[in-house]
Amino acid sequence: MEDEALLERILGGDHDAFRDLVERYQMSLVRLARYYVKSEASAEDVAQDTWIAVMQGLERFEGRSSFKTWLFRIAANRARKTGTREYRVVTVDPVDPVSSARFNEGGMWNEAPVPFTELINDKLANAGVLEACRNAIRDLPEPQQSVVTLRDVEGLSTREVSDLLELSEANTRVLLHRGRAKIRETLEETLTGGRSWQ
Amino acid sequence: MAMTRDITCHQAVALVSDYLEGALARRDRRRLERHLADCGACSAYLDQMRATIALSGSVGPEDLSNEAVARLVDVFEKYHRENSGESPN
Repeated sequence: MEDEALLERILGGDHDAFRDLVERYQMSLVRLARYYVKSEASAEDVAQDTWIAVMQGLERFEGRSSFKTWLFRIAANRARKTGTREYRVVTVDPVDPVSSARFNEGGMWNEAPVPFTELINDKLANAGVLEACRNAIRDLPEPQQSVVTLRDVEGLSTREVSDLLELSEANTRVLLHRGRAKIRETLEETLTGGRSWQ
Repeated sequence: MAMTRDITCHQAVALVSDYLEGALARRDRRRLERHLADCGACSAYLDQMRATIALSGSVGPEDLSNEAVARLVDVFEKYHRENSGESPN
């Protein structure tokens, strides 16, 4: 069910609809909050406060932005207020995400990547592949994890992601690239049984 | 892994994510597309990146502890009760 349909039901007091919405977004909310606050417990508090703010503000929500965008903005604002993280400029590590060892001095592949797209299509129904992907995202260092979660898992635009995380769009894209490259590498290992150096 | 003009495989791979974001300058996009037309390995990499992004979009929420969800639902019910019962007709 679409978010908007759930919201209608929530306004009528339907707690199952509320539960569905919580289950849909709680993980990403906690992850976004965790970007700003120091502990998992604080991040969960921020997420809870966000849901309370949603209840209080839902009747006034006019749908000018998507519900998802509105929700994440509330969470980011609350997390920033709570966060003790000192403002810092995110520096981008110059290390290339695809191991340099995979290329020769002329910049060509030593060993081509093992094709796995068909394997993914075959195994989409396989919970193990999704689990590997989910773990790979969870294992990403911050801020890559937040960037990938908001952009690729939640489908927000790069601009929205850069606003929520207070990053430049250019840095957001670099971090996205790094995060995606690491996930791709993990999937390659998982799907081809570690035969990435065939 | 054909010999390609302009950019190397290593450089091409670094452009793939921005390419999929539609964020490359026209010149870089053309260079990359020329490279991809000649290079099966980098084309495979591009396909993998697309598949990776699609998979990330379908991971769905993690299993949450019932306790955490139940706590939030309790908060919701309390809030709704308090705010729907107070209207003075």
